[in-house]
Amino acid sequence: MTDAPLLELRGVSKNFGAVQALKDVDMTINPGEIVALVGDNGSGKSTLVKSVAGIHQVSSGAILLNGEPFAIRSPRDSADLGIQVVYQDLALADNLDVVENMFLGREQTNKLGKLDHNGMECRALEVLDQLAVTTIRSVRQPVASLSGGQRQSVAVSKAVMWSAKIVLLDEPTAALGVEQTRHVLDLVLRLGQQGLGVVLISHNLHDVFEVADRIVALRLGQKVAELDRRTATQTEVVEAITFGRVSSVPGQSGATTS
Amino acid sequence: MDVGPERNSLLAYARNWLVGLRSGELGVLPIIGGLLLTAVVFQSLNDNYLTPGNLVNLVSQGAAISTIAMGLVLVLLIGEIDLSVGYVSGVAAVILAQMLLPDGSDLPTGFALLAAVAAGMSIGALHGLLITKLKMPSFVVTLAGLLAWNGVVLMIIGSQGSIIIQDRAVVSLSGSYLTPDVAWAFFGILMVAYSISLVLARRNRMSRNLAVEPAALLLLRIVGLALVAGTVVSVANLSRGIPFVVVLITVLYVVLNYVLTNTRFGVWVYSIGGSIEAARRAGINTDRVRIYVFMIASSMAAIGGIILASRLRSVDSNVGGGSLLLYSIAAAVIGGTSLFGGRGSARSAILGALVIASIDNGLGLLGLGSGQKFTITGLVLLAAVAVDSLSRYGRIQAGRS
Repeated sequence: MTDAPLLELRGVSKNFGAVQALKDVDMTINPGEIVALVGDNGSGKSTLVKSVAGIHQVSSGAILLNGEPFAIRSPRDSADLGIQVVYQDLALADNLDVVENMFLGREQTNKLGKLDHNGMECRALEVLDQLAVTTIRSVRQPVASLSGGQRQSVAVSKAVMWSAKIVLLDEPTAALGVEQTRHVLDLVLRLGQQGLGVVLISHNLHDVFEVADRIVALRLGQKVAELDRRTATQTEVVEAITFGRVSSVPGQSGATTS
Repeated sequence: MDVGPERNSLLAYARNWLVGLRSGELGVLPIIGGLLLTAVVFQSLNDNYLTPGNLVNLVSQGAAISTIAMGLVLVLLIGEIDLSVGYVSGVAAVILAQMLLPDGSDLPTGFALLAAVAAGMSIGALHGLLITKLKMPSFVVTLAGLLAWNGVVLMIIGSQGSIIIQDRAVVSLSGSYLTPDVAWAFFGILMVAYSISLVLARRNRMSRNLAVEPAALLLLRIVGLALVAGTVVSVANLSRGIPFVVVLITVLYVVLNYVLTNTRFGVWVYSIGGSIEAARRAGINTDRVRIYVFMIASSMAAIGGIILASRLRSVDSNVGGGSLLLYSIAAAVIGGTSLFGGRGSARSAILGALVIASIDNGLGLLGLGSGQKFTITGLVLLAAVAVDSLSRYGRIQAGRS
């Protein structure tokens, strides 16, 4: 491997018609690094994630993996490049069990097309074990019977199983209780320890300070701060989110043009 | 065999099952209750109900409904509805009858049968395309189908009023019975295949160190099926014997059940019913799966129509109408397939059809007219949906949704 970062965004901009959702954003993620993406509602966090995930295509700028630029045009493209997104609404089917959900759309079969139930179950157990997800009692229970934290663990494990190199987590702890949040944050830390690049989108600064190595703050579609967690304070981050200096405010005249 | 721990784990299974039951995982319990209740009620009202002859009758009467209901199960699983299956079965029946008219064309029976099923499959494809590509609600598309295919039946029959079916093979589909020896042989094959598949599956799991059911439970399943199927064969043999359609339905059931539980297509069907968005994000071509589901449902309806025509030995302008559609939907739902999508099994169609046929047959024996029959069947359907809704509520309360 070269010194090039795992994932690099260079001057990424995204317009929706006249609205500029992202403007000239630079960002890097290295292997084993957990980068938190913070910002108020409408700051462009989701747009950024969706651009990397291939749901949106960037208007200008480049997305580089290991130093090489790639055009990501669809969710398939990004999945093929080893980028997995764990969405807020999880995208799990409630009536299927844990194994079925982890393999959904990519089921293993034998030569005759018969599902390899046991092979998939073994593989799923292996991944859950590797990530030390111990709270799930049976992988053959429907996902509906799991708690929010357990479902989040399943979604993350699914991403890891499909050999993700970069995992983007969209508000993974938003709807969780204290203990479940604890489990998910531990899981995020383990992802980093296993050499994956992790982007954590969160509103919760407490969570961010607990697991992130670096904190990137967005405001009005622009990067307003990039802080090292060890030296940064919560106040600094809050200030960046709310008052961060932006080069131009869309829709407002009088701001510095760029 | 180590009996001690086996017994303990069987107890543990029983306890788990009780916990599931309390939180709304009712399984086949409502059906067994319903069947026992109808048996007791009708037998006390009319001594002829539980006679071998009547029970064989009852099974023949439920054959068409259970076939159509099996197809409907798939549609319900993806969270849609198909209101056209009644008249689609009618279209298939009319096409079959018309092609086999002794008018000198001498079409082979097999060709006519294939044509009837192919007609059903094409109708399903048309419905599926309208629903997925034009994004129309299945309720509306198949409601229009209900009317339109009824019209097609009337147009094909024209002024004939009714067509008598004389083709030997078609008539013997419903009109022939297995001899006792053949019936027992069929029973034997079924039991051996079932036992082998269970034992092999268990061995495979053990070799991979995965959790397995206690051996005692496995034995219980095999003995249970042997008792039920053995009783059916013995009782049927006291009368005319097992109707040949039972073999046909068993084969259809085994195939459909395999597709639902052991193929990628099966998982995709369930996933679409559970969360179509999850299925889409998993890269599943949900439109294609849904079109296939409507094609299978209409094909099964066509086979149901063939069975019905074969039993009545004629096709008239009412074919596919009357209570057929509602009985079929009721069968699937009474059997435990949820109208909310994502939950159900091929088994539910057959069990539900048995309940419906029992009630229909029993009320017929009592000499009640269509008015009473429809009212009572309607109430049973309502009760079944109430069980579904309440158990769903129970599951949500227990966090099993």
